[in-house]
Amino acid sequence: MTWSATARGAHQPDNTAFTQQRLPAWQPLLSASIALPLFFCAGLAFIGLGLGLYYSSNGIKELEYDYTGDLGTSNCSVCAAAGQGRSPPPRCSCAWYFSLPELFQGPVYLYYELTNFYQNYRRYGVSRDDEQLSGLPSALRHPANECAPYQLSAAGLPIAPCGAIANSLFNDSFSLWHQRRAGGPYVEVPLDRTGIAWWTDYHVKFRNPPLVNGSLALAFQGTAPPPNWHRPVYDLSTDPNNTGFINQDFVVWMRTAALPTFRKLYARIRQGNYSTGLPRGAYRVNITYNYPVRAFGGHKLIIFSSISWMGGKNPFLGIAYLVVGSLCILMGFVMLVVYIRYQDQNDEDEDEE
Amino acid sequence: MVVLSITAVKDGIDDMKRHKNDNQVNNRSVLVLMNGRAVVKFQSRHTGIQCSFSYRIVTDKWMNIQVGDIIKLENNQLVTADILLLSSSEPYSLTYIETAELDGETNLKVKQAISVTSDMEDNLKLLSAFDGEVRCESPNNRLDRFTGTLTYKGKNYILNHDRLIFRGCVIRNTDWCYGLVVFTGKWRKLQCSPVPSVTVVIDDNNHGPDTKVMQNGGKSAFKRTHIDHLMNVLVLWIFLFLCGMCFILAIGHYIWENKKGYYFRDFLPWKEYVSSSVVSSVLIFWSYFIILNTMVPISLYVSVEIIRLGNSFYINWDRKMFYELKNTPAQARTTTLNEELGQVKYVFSDKTGTLTRNIMTFSKCSINGKFYGIWDSDEQNLKLATGHSGELECKEGKKGLPGSAQLVSYGMDLFQKTEKVDFSYNRLADPKFSFYDKTLVEAVKRGDRWVHLFFVSLSLCHTVIPEEKVEGELVYQAQSPDEGALVTAARNFGFVFRSRTSETIMVVEMGETRIYKLLAILDFNNVRKRMSVIVRTPENRVMLFCKGADTILCQLLHPSCRSLRDVTMEHLDDFASDGLRTLMVAYRELDNAFFQDWSRKHSEAFLSLEDRENKISIVYEEIEKDLMLLGATAIEDKLQDGVPETIITLSQAKIKIWVLTGDKQETAVNIAYACNIFDDEMDGMFIVEGEDNETVWQELRSAREKMKPQSLLESDPIDDYLTTKPRIPFKIPEEVPSGNYGLVINGYSLAHALEGNLELELLQTACMCKGVICCRMTPLQKAQVVELVKRYKKVVTLAIGDGANDVSMIKGIKQALWLRSFWGFFAAAHIGVGISGQEGMQAMLNSDFAFSQFCYLQRLLLVHGRWSYNRMCKFLSYFFYKNFAFTLVHFWYAFYSGFSAQTVYDTWFITFYNLVYTSLPVLGLSLFDQDVNETWSLRFPELYEPGQHNLYFNKKEFVKCLVHGIYSSLVLFFIPMGTIHNSVRTDGKEISDYQSFSTIVQTSLLCVVTMQIALETTYWTMISHIFTWGSLGFYFCILFFLYSDGLCLMFPNVFQLLGVARNTLDWPQVWLSVVLSMVLCMLPVIGYHFLKPLFWPVRVDKVIDRIHHCMSHPLPPRIRTRLKHAGSRRSAYAFSHKQGFGALITSGKTLKAKFPKKNSFPFKK
Repeated sequence: MTWSATARGAHQPDNTAFTQQRLPAWQPLLSASIALPLFFCAGLAFIGLGLGLYYSSNGIKELEYDYTGDLGTSNCSVCAAAGQGRSPPPRCSCAWYFSLPELFQGPVYLYYELTNFYQNYRRYGVSRDDEQLSGLPSALRHPANECAPYQLSAAGLPIAPCGAIANSLFNDSFSLWHQRRAGGPYVEVPLDRTGIAWWTDYHVKFRNPPLVNGSLALAFQGTAPPPNWHRPVYDLSTDPNNTGFINQDFVVWMRTAALPTFRKLYARIRQGNYSTGLPRGAYRVNITYNYPVRAFGGHKLIIFSSISWMGGKNPFLGIAYLVVGSLCILMGFVMLVVYIRYQDQNDEDEDEE
Repeated sequence: MVVLSITAVKDGIDDMKRHKNDNQVNNRSVLVLMNGRAVVKFQSRHTGIQCSFSYRIVTDKWMNIQVGDIIKLENNQLVTADILLLSSSEPYSLTYIETAELDGETNLKVKQAISVTSDMEDNLKLLSAFDGEVRCESPNNRLDRFTGTLTYKGKNYILNHDRLIFRGCVIRNTDWCYGLVVFTGKWRKLQCSPVPSVTVVIDDNNHGPDTKVMQNGGKSAFKRTHIDHLMNVLVLWIFLFLCGMCFILAIGHYIWENKKGYYFRDFLPWKEYVSSSVVSSVLIFWSYFIILNTMVPISLYVSVEIIRLGNSFYINWDRKMFYELKNTPAQARTTTLNEELGQVKYVFSDKTGTLTRNIMTFSKCSINGKFYGIWDSDEQNLKLATGHSGELECKEGKKGLPGSAQLVSYGMDLFQKTEKVDFSYNRLADPKFSFYDKTLVEAVKRGDRWVHLFFVSLSLCHTVIPEEKVEGELVYQAQSPDEGALVTAARNFGFVFRSRTSETIMVVEMGETRIYKLLAILDFNNVRKRMSVIVRTPENRVMLFCKGADTILCQLLHPSCRSLRDVTMEHLDDFASDGLRTLMVAYRELDNAFFQDWSRKHSEAFLSLEDRENKISIVYEEIEKDLMLLGATAIEDKLQDGVPETIITLSQAKIKIWVLTGDKQETAVNIAYACNIFDDEMDGMFIVEGEDNETVWQELRSAREKMKPQSLLESDPIDDYLTTKPRIPFKIPEEVPSGNYGLVINGYSLAHALEGNLELELLQTACMCKGVICCRMTPLQKAQVVELVKRYKKVVTLAIGDGANDVSMIKGIKQALWLRSFWGFFAAAHIGVGISGQEGMQAMLNSDFAFSQFCYLQRLLLVHGRWSYNRMCKFLSYFFYKNFAFTLVHFWYAFYSGFSAQTVYDTWFITFYNLVYTSLPVLGLSLFDQDVNETWSLRFPELYEPGQHNLYFNKKEFVKCLVHGIYSSLVLFFIPMGTIHNSVRTDGKEISDYQSFSTIVQTSLLCVVTMQIALETTYWTMISHIFTWGSLGFYFCILFFLYSDGLCLMFPNVFQLLGVARNTLDWPQVWLSVVLSMVLCMLPVIGYHFLKPLFWPVRVDKVIDRIHHCMSHPLPPRIRTRLKHAGSRRSAYAFSHKQGFGALITSGKTLKAKFPKKNSFPFKK
């Protein structure tokens, strides 16, 4: 660096707010006059919100039934016992009877819930091939390695859909029957099995491979279904818009749950007389009991639920808001008391000084 | 990797620079006398050159110089080896050297060759035939001692340090000199040299013959800050913590696999290579190790470097540290030490050129009871008014306050009233000299007898040697700068000391040349504290002129001038209270007969062999009595601008300032008073000047006893330490003495005190003192002292100095040698600050920070240092926090995902979190944040204290971060979990899927950490806003982009979260959950911030409170407290420590023929 022969001030740093660290700035202060009202306001707002959330969550009706069939607790225990230790379990049916004393306000949604089922287990979660599911023919023939051991069948054919998630597709089925009058006949309640998957999943993410000669079956030729499946994937439904990879039950299942206890939408009840809800009367749910969960201590539940403005029943947020709101106010009071006491003390100290 | 390579490149460049410097020195050319041996050496490199080059001077490189070579040194040449002086161009083989690099003294020192060799002069034949043998001690670091013998022609000659020119000196005023190389920097086998004509035998052959300066150089070391150390420790902790967590999770996995996973194999078979849950859990351990490693903040190191770089740039850019007169901005030469600047506890300052400007000015005098010079108060105002920009910058903080404008205008008036005295009547006046009192000139012009006599005495009574290369351009070479100042003053007032021989002094008095016959010089020494000359005036009167310390001189005065003495003493009190160095001047007219008589006694005493010193001083006392008082002089050792203010500010910031100087004690103490390191309110000052271990120990003990009696009675931890000698480094606790004390310690005593057990005693005593002055220090001792404090106090030390004091000798040549010696001082301290003042860039080149005024130090420490420290601490706290909050969520999730090493977040989020989403806000925080602005930082130096105790980031703070991070991660996991548990959207479709959960947690996390940084930020610039909120906004953009249809369809296996953002974020409960997480994370923080100062008030909080109070209420104008010393202290006398040139001037030898040719002016008779 040459320092000589430079004009006076040549090395003078620029006089900008940035270089001189004088950028105009807002310097907020956490003073008592801000902090205390903040706490009280936040507390009140939270309590208000919490109450709203709590009551709207409480307003939602839920009807749930555990049909796992442990120790003869339900009609399904027969099926459960029959399926014990056999793989694949034999086809078996059971039923759940319930009655509604009053209208179950609609729209009503039918869910199944599994507990102790670790869909979020890492190796389980990655055991899928999204390329295959998005209809890429090459991926259909060559499933990703993550799918192993459900990548290739025993015969060496590529499995479609591959992977542990697809293989463990929930295959119990339910039908709902309504008895309007006591002793009357059971009428089947129409269950809308479409529109249960996310719009994006159904329309964008999951796609069937391109049809071969207008046939989906031909498109899947040369692939094997997952070992646990009884039917090939193109045969999941008769509806061409609901079969193959875009079968909605399948799509719903493929969206793996975050927690070991999870619900998945099975059907919506919104047709005919049932669009406003389930009227009073006796009901029967016929259950095709296929899915083994007792081996790993899981449970299967069937749930009818209504929906409010904020979704399904979940009291957690309401309670949490109430608790946090109360905490805010409590802390506000504590701080106020401390502030007043210590402020006086400090003032005295300063006076002494 | 990036971190390592950046560091490697940086270090590489540093190393290259150092090598370059070394090479420059090593390749510098030197003139070597080629004798038989040398030619052999010469030929081996350049084949074909004939042996006829014998007896010639050949240019060679310094690096090729060997012990035993005879070299020729020329004027202004730097000596790079220790050399035994053989002969020189000057009379009596005198050689003048400047040792500024060694001890910082700019005055010349004289070395004299022994007579046998001096006769050889520049006769090459004789010189090359010289075949003496030198026996000397092994190289050591004492610059003031050398013992050896020269055996030449069968006779032994004693060598002492007067014969030796040390490496690092510069030859001055000497056309040439020949020397024998005694020590070089490198060890070469002496046996190698064939037929040694000159043998140098070093007593202790275990040592390489390093030069004394190299021994004094100290080692340079790679500097790392405390924070760096702490960071490494913490990273280690985190690593262990990580291992612990992974272990817990692996165990959890083992249990889970046994209880559940085993039975779940229908749906999820184990991998073929997993034979049991044990194997699986081992694998999981490593999986979690990978997942959780984001907790070990690798990017931390890079970010820290960036922040330091940014803060270094601020230092470079600071206009308030730009010195306009020298056109030098401040420079942060090291970019790794910034935050350490905010933690400095000890400042070690050089004196000359650092505290002082190294300019002595004759500022006031009292002649025959009349005061000349301007009064102090006026001077203060004048300074304020005329002070150039640099000075005003130093008084920053008062700027812009009402009142200062008024002061300036007042000052301007005063300035017009007392402008510089015009010396144009005097052709020989030194143009650099300035004086502000016209009355003195008027008195001179009027021909006031006393004034004339006063100046005559000043122009006669000294040992200055003049040099007049161009006629009319006189340059004085004085043993002490004070003397130079006095003679210069006399010169400007019209009493020009023009030339001297050993018997005459020529003075041009008001244009008229007068020759005084020099009869005797009664030289100065430390006991006498005075010097006299006896001259015969042209009128044939014998006069004795004496100047000396007032305390001594007033006892020698004639009773008749008692009243005058009292008046003068009053003036002297005034002078001393202004921190000026004072001398009394007196004369005595001698009876011719009396003088003859005395002269005989004098020569008798002089020739006596026994007890000569004593006899001489008795003789001196005989004649130095009944003196007539003439007056007193006051010399100002000019301090740099704003030094006292800076030192006051620094001591308010509880920074201890030690002055380490090569200067003599009196000067150092005087300066210490002048710049407020010592003040008169101090309860006492201890002087340690013992010559052996026992006395030094006694002195230190008694000092400590006085300061804190109980500290000796208590069971002394240091004694315990010394008896047990544990391995662990020992930290000496801070002790509070009973009052304000000062300690002055001498270089000689220090040499003892630094040995063995005494060093702790010294440290304990010294650290209790308010100020410590160490004088007559060698560079190595400086480094040792710094090292001592650093080692046992575990605090940050800063060394400030300017290094060499002369620009001309350095100009053009970089001096790695000198650099090394200075580097030792700097390297020892945590931070080295170079003053790139009058003396060029050399100090700067080795320092970590460099600027041109001492007063910028307060800005460097209190503003830049504090900010850097605060920013770094905030950065670290936040950085650790955000990584904990981020990573630990995985830990909680493990309990709900079968310990399967499932990550909570999308892989893209993990990649971007540190790199993109959170990097800018935290950088913004650590580059722009200021808790209080610079004005307040300087106004309330107390704000600096937390840094010294490292309060803002330490292990405790780290644990707080950890706890906070754990809490946040709990909130961040369980709130979203509760929210999505069995939840469905308003259209009945479930939302509790893994991908939605990830998105919610990510979003909450980012909102929480953004809020956290918003809380930390106290200074919201536009850039902070953009960085903070922009990053959050950017996150959402990225989120929607990564989860968009197009991208996900293009790479379905890479971007798997198609549509999740849309489906999740339009659900109101997600936002309710995000808000809940944010509030839950913020509440304790706000509460803590609010309650902490109330429950545990720290001083800093009060100060900040006051600042905020002041900010909202306009300030009363600050009343400037004048720095005034109470006039009780009067030890200041202006003399060099050493004996002057007197003996040389009047030595028995007659004048050599070339003496007048060189140094004196042809006489006009």
